[in-house]
Amino acid sequence: MLTPESLAQIDRELAKYPADQRRSATMSALRIAQVEHRWLTNELIEFVAGYIGIAPVAAYEVATFYNMFDRKPVGRHKLTVCTNLPCALSGGADAGKYLQQKLGIGYGETTADGRFTLMEGECMGACGYAPVMLLNNHSMCSHMTPDAIDKKLAELE
Amino acid sequence: MTVYVKGVVFEGVDFDDPNSWKLDAYVARGGYAALKKILQTGMTQDEIIAEMKASSLRGRGGAGFPTGLKWSFMPRNFPGQKYLVCNTDEGEPGTFKDLDIIVNNPHALIEGMIIGGFAMGITVGYNYIHGEVFEAYERFEAALEEARAAGFLGDNILGTDFCFQLHGHHGYGAYICGEETALLESLEGKKGQPRFKPPFPASFGLYGKPTTINNTETFASVPYIIREGGQKFLELGKPNNGGTKLFSISGHVNRPGNYEIPLGTPFSELLEMAGGMRGGKKLKAVIPGGSSAPVLPADIMMDCTMDYDSIAKAGSMLGSGAVIVMDETVCMVKALERLSYFYFEESCGQCTPCREGTGWLYRVVHRIEHGQGRPEDLDLLLSVGANIAGRTICALGDAAVMPVQGMLKHFRAEFEHHIEHKHCIVPGY
Ligand SMILES: Cc1cc2nc3c(=O)[nH]c(=O)nc-3n(C[C@H](O)[C@H](O)[C@H](O)COP(=O)(O)O)c2cc1C
Ligand code: FES
Repeated sequence: MLTPESLAQIDRELAKYPADQRRSATMSALRIAQVEHRWLTNELIEFVAGYIGIAPVAAYEVATFYNMFDRKPVGRHKLTVCTNLPCALSGGADAGKYLQQKLGIGYGETTADGRFTLMEGECMGACGYAPVMLLNNHSMCSHMTPDAIDKKLAELE
Repeated sequence: MTVYVKGVVFEGVDFDDPNSWKLDAYVARGGYAALKKILQTGMTQDEIIAEMKASSLRGRGGAGFPTGLKWSFMPRNFPGQKYLVCNTDEGEPGTFKDLDIIVNNPHALIEGMIIGGFAMGITVGYNYIHGEVFEAYERFEAALEEARAAGFLGDNILGTDFCFQLHGHHGYGAYICGEETALLESLEGKKGQPRFKPPFPASFGLYGKPTTINNTETFASVPYIIREGGQKFLELGKPNNGGTKLFSISGHVNRPGNYEIPLGTPFSELLEMAGGMRGGKKLKAVIPGGSSAPVLPADIMMDCTMDYDSIAKAGSMLGSGAVIVMDETVCMVKALERLSYFYFEESCGQCTPCREGTGWLYRVVHRIEHGQGRPEDLDLLLSVGANIAGRTICALGDAAVMPVQGMLKHFRAEFEHHIEHKHCIVPGY
């Protein structure tokens, strides 16, 4: 279910831990799987568990506990905007509202064309750059004023 | 974002130079000199720990526990594997200093961890990095590669028989994993639910082995202390509050950012450094140590100095050093509603008082904010809070209650107004 490149990445993660502690790589293995498939199906979670050599339920436990894992289909670009207080004081909540309005969707929803999924996030540890938006669980976009949001979204197919 | 440096962690870093984080640049500004000093002059483990104690460095992760003392708890001659863990799971709302350390000066952290490993006789370390700052994780991995290639990290460091392996490990969205035992569970590949203490990590930590955990900034302060001496570090701050500290300033200031300044600097000076209040508005209140710290009104805050003891005396805590500044337009009910939602959302669900209580707190603050508050609600909030605090496995429960107590202590009238008139006194955020 995963490409040789993804499996090689998982192997690199596994090598960080003692041989009898392969379970430690569960989070990064699921992340690598999610990057390839965009969201985690039960089959994918089971595959990852099998590859690491842990019970499927152990991988499922991780996939369900951590917020950045998606267990439902998401759009091509997942936008997570931080609305926690420090960000809100500098326009974080407004950025969230602007995104909802612009995309015509609420938090947790995906645009009809499958292009964007919008999520409300908690503090990302980047409050000095507020408003902030995390793109596809990976790139932190800083100072997301309406203009900056327009520009960013235009770049994303 | 502004970075202001008058301290040890960012000393010499050029924030305009995209290569300033790299090994060459770090070495050019005195990096890895502390490690060389230890390995080449034969400094002993006891001598290192004595310097750490003399520095009076207190853990920068929130609890302010003396680092030298923590390091002395590690059973140095324990025969099996031991672990060193760095906590970069920075998720306390308002805090963004560790991110800047990893991105701009990762080798200071790496060197600090190697020294920690040497001092406590530990050969393997992990750095647990907040999932949302994934690019910082990539930066850390790149810095590790550099350190390995240069012989500072790995087997036979600098030609000696000292070996230390260090790896990055990322989280994936869970505030609770900042709590050290939840972090260990997560590092073991499980859901991040805190463990009962005791046993403490020093005896039963990662994989059940003795483990020392420190915050990113704590480790990144170590090279300076070893290079220049604990006494010199101490003198940068004030007694019992040694050294300089990073303050992450967010909210209604002109220049939000990280300010590395001596502990004991008056808050009024820090506010000035941050460009003063945005739009020339009046300061209303400050949360001085991350969202879990009780809020302080402007007049009390303006009399504080930025150090553990002064902020504690004022009835709050320095915590992670996140300073959330709020001007006169902020509605305290709305501000608390957002914070209470955070703790409700992030409770791991293990302890009933926290799982149920955080939701209860949020629902009551939410109904006050939305004009449906009842006169008895304020006492209800305090009573629910009293049934959470001190009754949970970890301190997330207390962290959820302290903002409520602080708000009601200093801004009760605003909550009462809200209940009576069903709207805010002031416009909003
Ligand atoms: C709910 C909760 C969240 C925490 N989050 C963090 C965090 O993000 N970073 C951190 O260093 N410490 C955090 N801590 C504190 C750690 O448990 C621990 O005390 C700290 O990492 C020890 O390092 P230090 O002694 O260097 O401060 C948190 C504690 C609690 C209860
Ligand atoms: S509050 Fe938004 S990143 Fe911290």
